[in-house]
Amino acid sequence: MPELNEDSSDLDSGSPRRTTRTAAPAVIRSGREVISAELALTLFRQMIRTRVLEERSIKMSKSGEAYFWIGGPGEEAFNVCLGLQVHRGHGPAFDYLHLHYRNAGVMLAMGMPMINHVRQLAMRQTDPHSRGRNFVGHYAVKAWNVVPVSSVIEVQFAMAPGTALIQKRHGGEGITMVVGGEAGTAEGDFETCLNWSTRPGQELPVLMLVTNNRYGISTDLHTVCAEKLVSDRAAPYGIRAESVDGNDPVLVWNALDRAMRYCRRERKPFLLEAMVSRLHGHSSSSGAQRVWGETDVLATFEQKLIDCGAIDSVAVQAMKDEAKAEADAAVVAAMKEPEPTREDVYRFTYAPSEVDAVYPKDYTGLPGAK
Amino acid sequence: MASIAQAVRMALHYGEKHLGVTDVFGEDVGPPLGGVFTVTQGLKTAWNTPLDERGIIGTAMGIAYAGGRPVCEIQFCDYAFNVLDMFKIAGNQRWASAGEFDMPIVVMTPTGAGIRGSLYHSHCFESWASRIPGWKVVMPSNALDAYGLMIAAIKDPNPVFMLLPKALLRARDTRLLPGEPADADELSRMIDAPIGDRTDWQPQWPDMEEYIVPIGKAELVREGGDGTVISYGRLLPLCVQAADELARDHGHSFDVIDLRSIFPYDWEMISRSVQKTGRVLIVNEDTEITNYAEHLLRRVVDEHFYDLTIRPRTLMGKHIPGIGMNQNYEINSVPQLGDVRAALRELATDPA
Repeated sequence: MPELNEDSSDLDSGSPRRTTRTAAPAVIRSGREVISAELALTLFRQMIRTRVLEERSIKMSKSGEAYFWIGGPGEEAFNVCLGLQVHRGHGPAFDYLHLHYRNAGVMLAMGMPMINHVRQLAMRQTDPHSRGRNFVGHYAVKAWNVVPVSSVIEVQFAMAPGTALIQKRHGGEGITMVVGGEAGTAEGDFETCLNWSTRPGQELPVLMLVTNNRYGISTDLHTVCAEKLVSDRAAPYGIRAESVDGNDPVLVWNALDRAMRYCRRERKPFLLEAMVSRLHGHSSSSGAQRVWGETDVLATFEQKLIDCGAIDSVAVQAMKDEAKAEADAAVVAAMKEPEPTREDVYRFTYAPSEVDAVYPKDYTGLPGAK
Repeated sequence: MASIAQAVRMALHYGEKHLGVTDVFGEDVGPPLGGVFTVTQGLKTAWNTPLDERGIIGTAMGIAYAGGRPVCEIQFCDYAFNVLDMFKIAGNQRWASAGEFDMPIVVMTPTGAGIRGSLYHSHCFESWASRIPGWKVVMPSNALDAYGLMIAAIKDPNPVFMLLPKALLRARDTRLLPGEPADADELSRMIDAPIGDRTDWQPQWPDMEEYIVPIGKAELVREGGDGTVISYGRLLPLCVQAADELARDHGHSFDVIDLRSIFPYDWEMISRSVQKTGRVLIVNEDTEITNYAEHLLRRVVDEHFYDLTIRPRTLMGKHIPGIGMNQNYEINSVPQLGDVRAALRELATDPA
C-alpha cells in the first residue's frame, strides 16, 4: 500500500498486455517514418531508465533524502533520442550541449551513470557536476562539452552562439545544441540566439531545441502568448524549423536526425520544437504529483512495441526491474558517500592565476584576511 | 605618452598577438568605428555585434567554454544593468561546476561621470561589480596602469571587469609604455584611425612589450603622514592634485593610494597606511548608499578601530537617480576638486 502522498509508479500500472511475441518486426513505423526495431528497443530501454531514475528522484525529494526535485518525466522520448545522437567528446570538434533542468534522459543516453545524477540530488561531495552545490539535473561535464546548467531561464540561448562561433571557425561537424522549454522563449535570450545565429555570412551551427509542455510552472501558455507554434519564430530570420510530436519516439528520432544533419553539414541554425507532456508538474515545489490526462510516452511506446511484436511483457518487466535495481543501487551507494565540508565553501571559486597577487591559487576569504 | 584609450588598444593588440585573444567584440567595436572611444581601432579580431548586451556577454561565455579568449565591451556601463544575472552566472561557473569550467573573459566598459554624459552615460559600476562573486574588478587611473591591467586581465583565467574611467580615456600619461615610440604624434600616426574614410587604413603597431600590473596590487602614489587617502579611477588624479596643493600651501602630507584593483583589493597596503596615519578617507564618485567604499570603511573599522585617531570617512557621489545635464547637477552631486581638497584638509586637521 503506497503512502497517501505517494503516487504509484507508472511502471506497475497499465492495461493488460500481450505476453507472447509474434514475428519480430524489422522496423517500427509511425505514419511514413520508420526506425529499426533494434533502435526502438534501445530507445525504450533508455526511456525506462530515465523514468525510473526520475521516479526514484521524486521519492528522495519526498523522503527528505533530498531537498528538491526537478526533471523531465514525459520528455523521455525527446531526451533519449537527443542523447543518443550527440557527438560526444571534448572541444569544438564535438557537440556542445547547453541543457536545461529536464534533461536526465539526454545524459543517461550519453552514458552518464545513474549515480552521478543521484550524487547531485543527494548533495554529496562526490557530485561531479557541482560538489553538492546545485539543484539536481544541473549537470556540468567538461569532458562531454556539457556546460553548466543554470536555473535561470533561457540564458543558455544567449551563450549558445559563442560555442557555435568557435565550432564554425574550427570546421568539421561539431554543432551546438541548446535546449529550453516553451515558456522561456518569452525571454529576450531566445531572440538573441535567433539573431546571433544568423548574422549574414556568419550563420552558426546551432540546433535550438524547444520542448513545449504548454506550461511555465502554473501558467498556461495560451493565456500569456498568442503565437501558435514556437517554431514560427524562426521565419523572420530565415531559419529552418519544424515542430514534432515529442510523444512519438519514431518521429522525434527522425526529426532530430534531420535537424542535426542540416546543422552539421550546412553549418547553419535549425529550430526544432517538440510537443511533450509534463507528467509530474513543474518540480517538487508544485508537489511533483503524477499528472493524469496527459499522454505518457513510455506507456504508449510500450504498447506500440508489444502490439507490433517487438517485445513482450516479460521482457518489458525485466527491463523495468533491471532499471529499478540500477537506480536503487545508485541511491544506496550515493547516500554512503561523504558530504561537502566547511573546507569546501571557498574551493573552486578562482582558477589559479599568475597575475593575481591576492588569490594566486583560489579564493581564501576577504583580501589579506589573517 | 599614450592616452588610456591608446594604451588599452595596444594591450588588446598585444593580447591578440601574444596571448591568444580570439575575439574583441561589442557594439561598434569593429570597423569602421573601432569603438565609440576609439579603444578598439585597427584590431585584427574586432567585430561588431547586434545591439544586444545579453548576447554580448552570453556569446563571450560561449566562446570561453569552447576554448576562445574573448574581450568584449559594454559600450557604457549604464547599459550593463540588463546583464547582471549573466555576470552572476559567469562569476559562478567555476564554483558551480566544482572546478570543471573556467570562465576566462574580459568585459571592459567605460564608467563614471565627467564627459557631460547626463543620465545614461554617467553611471558608476564598481559597487555593482564588487557584489558579483567570482569576478575580479580592475580600474586604472592612467595609461600605463591601463596597459598593465588589461594585459593582466587577459592573462587571468577568471572573469575580469576592466572598468575604464571615461573622463580620463583621452588623458595622456607622462610615462612611456614599454615599446611605445617616444613621440606622441608619431604614435598617433601609427595607431589612430584617420577621420573620414578609413577603408584602406591599417595600423602600424609599435613592437610593444609585456607589462603587467598584478591584480590586487595598489600603488602608493604619494607618501605622507597626515592621512591615508584611498581612491581609484577618475577621482584619483584629483586626490593627487589636492594632496600636492595641500603639501605646497599648508605643509600637509598624505599617503595617496591608487587602489587599481577593486577586487581583490590590496588590504596590506591599506592596513599598513592606516596604522601609520590613523586617519583615513576613501574617495570615489559612485552613489553613496551601499557604495563599495563602505566595505573598505567597514574593514578599517573592524580591524583598525583602535589605530584610528579620528573618525574614518568617505567622500562619494550623492544618492540621486542620475547625473543631470546642466553642470550644476554634476558639480553638486559628484565630488569635484574643491570637495576633495576640503575633505583632505579636514582629514589632516581634525583634532584627534
